[in-house]
Amino acid sequence: MSAAETAQDAAATRNGWWLSAPALFILAFAAVGPLLIVLVYSFLTPGEYGNVEWIFSLNAWRSILLTEDIFEPGKFTLADAHLTIFWRSVKLSTLTTLITFAVGFPTAWFIATRSPRSRTMWLFLITIPFWTNLLIRTFAISEVIRNEGLLNTLLLKAGIISAPINMIYTDFAVFIGMTYVYLPLMVLPLFAAIDRFDMKLLEASYDLYASRWQTLRRVILPIVRPGIVAGSILVFVPSLGAYVTPRVLGGGKKMMIGNFIELQFGQGRNWPLGASLSILLLIVVSAALVLYVRVSGRENRHG
Amino acid sequence: MSQAIAVEARNAVKAFGQGDAVVRALDDVSVEIRQGEFFTLLGPSGCGKTTLLRLIAGFEMPTSGTILLEGADITYLPPNKRPVNTVFQSYALFPHLTVAENVGFGLQMQGRPQAEVKETAARMLALVKLEQMANRKTSQLSGGQQQRVALARALAPKPKVLLLDEPLSALDLKLRKEMQIELKRLQTETGITFIFVTHDQEEALTMSDRIGVMSAGKLQQVGPPKDIYTRPVNRFVASFIGDTNFLQATVEADGLRLSSGELIEAPAGLAQGRKVTAIVRPEQVRLVNSAELGAVTATVQNMVYFGTDTHCYMTLADGTEVMARLQTTATGDADLTQGQNVALRFAPGSVQVLED
Repeated sequence: MSAAETAQDAAATRNGWWLSAPALFILAFAAVGPLLIVLVYSFLTPGEYGNVEWIFSLNAWRSILLTEDIFEPGKFTLADAHLTIFWRSVKLSTLTTLITFAVGFPTAWFIATRSPRSRTMWLFLITIPFWTNLLIRTFAISEVIRNEGLLNTLLLKAGIISAPINMIYTDFAVFIGMTYVYLPLMVLPLFAAIDRFDMKLLEASYDLYASRWQTLRRVILPIVRPGIVAGSILVFVPSLGAYVTPRVLGGGKKMMIGNFIELQFGQGRNWPLGASLSILLLIVVSAALVLYVRVSGRENRHG
Repeated sequence: MSQAIAVEARNAVKAFGQGDAVVRALDDVSVEIRQGEFFTLLGPSGCGKTTLLRLIAGFEMPTSGTILLEGADITYLPPNKRPVNTVFQSYALFPHLTVAENVGFGLQMQGRPQAEVKETAARMLALVKLEQMANRKTSQLSGGQQQRVALARALAPKPKVLLLDEPLSALDLKLRKEMQIELKRLQTETGITFIFVTHDQEEALTMSDRIGVMSAGKLQQVGPPKDIYTRPVNRFVASFIGDTNFLQATVEADGLRLSSGELIEAPAGLAQGRKVTAIVRPEQVRLVNSAELGAVTATVQNMVYFGTDTHCYMTLADGTEVMARLQTTATGDADLTQGQNVALRFAPGSVQVLED
């Protein structure tokens, strides 16, 4: 096919965009519409029993960072409770992403290097957790790690510990729960990338004097990078907004942003603050993604 | 050419599988490859030639036996510690690196200074005539160009031995012929020992200083192309390289008595009364006047026209098949018809007797 013909075909394909107009229309209303409502609400005043009053106010945005003293109006202090929650969310999500990668990469490598038949079985096993509801899986973890749970009971019976280790309702519990929940989301894109990796390149690398470590760093990781980026995004983004896992495993104490936002729309009766936190979360996630893709892309070009 | 030994395999055995399913890919192979020579391992697929190459590269360890590089035992040395580089059949170029980065990879891994890596990569690309492509990604190159990059990449660290695993098999015929000449030129220019694996006998005959013919995990014969072609030691070598006529015969006092009854000239030094298999290459078969002494009578069965020559398939009196490669005449007419009786003769000195 000539270049002109190819260009013509591409133009014809582009001109057919209006066929997807109904889908675009629904998408615009379903995705952008609610988001606009949230954005507008973040600039309003909270109503006494929830909802909002239509009075413009920047208080919600200000109160993310600063708390107004109850007794001395006009005196502001840093809202360290909010910052703690933000910091915990970012920290736990980053840790979850790192640990799912550390565990997921060898797992994905293992599966991708099996024979085609057993590979299907391994992939099947990886997807089994998806069959059960997230809430049930999270309660299952809580059953294992709570003070009278499976793990502590076993350790006590075995005489390894004399008092139960307190794991539930800690950052650690939330971290374990999220790692368990999001691990398949890391393994699957990594598997897809490693599956496409030409294993002959390993021999070529060793042949050209690269050690195992150099081969991993200079050949394998740069080539499977799209899988690493995809897996990290799939884990980091939902981790940051996680709601169920911190709720069940962190108790009421170890909140993450998701729980905090829910609180504002529920007991807190501060919808504008909830709305502004939601928008902030969206901005943080988008910024993190752009930064991440840029940085990992640059490393590749100069590697 | 110096006679120092570059690579030596001593009683190399490589077995795959377990129990009853053990396959001996290499069965007690010993061979010496000289410094600076173009050595070809030739054989059908599954004969063990690639396994031997992989033992030398270090990708596999022998089940027993020793591999020596310039006299030093490297049998269990990992590939990244061997001054030996490989050109892979699939090229195995790094898709995330540019052409120049691919070529410089080996030197970089050896920890050479960046300036030297760049300079050597540029020189290597010039050697394979790809200077213009230095900053391209390898996926933007044609098959022939990728082949050259793979060569430059393997040559850049100045290996003591270059291993080539059927590197030309993915190229089309014309490109393959060009690369054969190119490879020979590179080998002469660099003076590096080349060990070339192929199943293509023509490739082996045109490029090699010496050929090792392999079959069923064993080295059948090692020698210069001419020896391999004119004096094959056994039936396998004779039939794998070129076309051959096999004739059953008995040694008599004044020659070989063919199974069809005629007496032909015999090579010297054969014990009388022995039953042997004699071979004659088709281009050594001449059609002659039936009155000539020592002529063998045959019947034409089939003629196949090949352009420069015509293959004439005949049967002797006892049904033994003989093929003659006849030079095509100016009119393109070989002047023979099916069923015609002819007389043929084997060129003096062309009849060989197989050892087994």
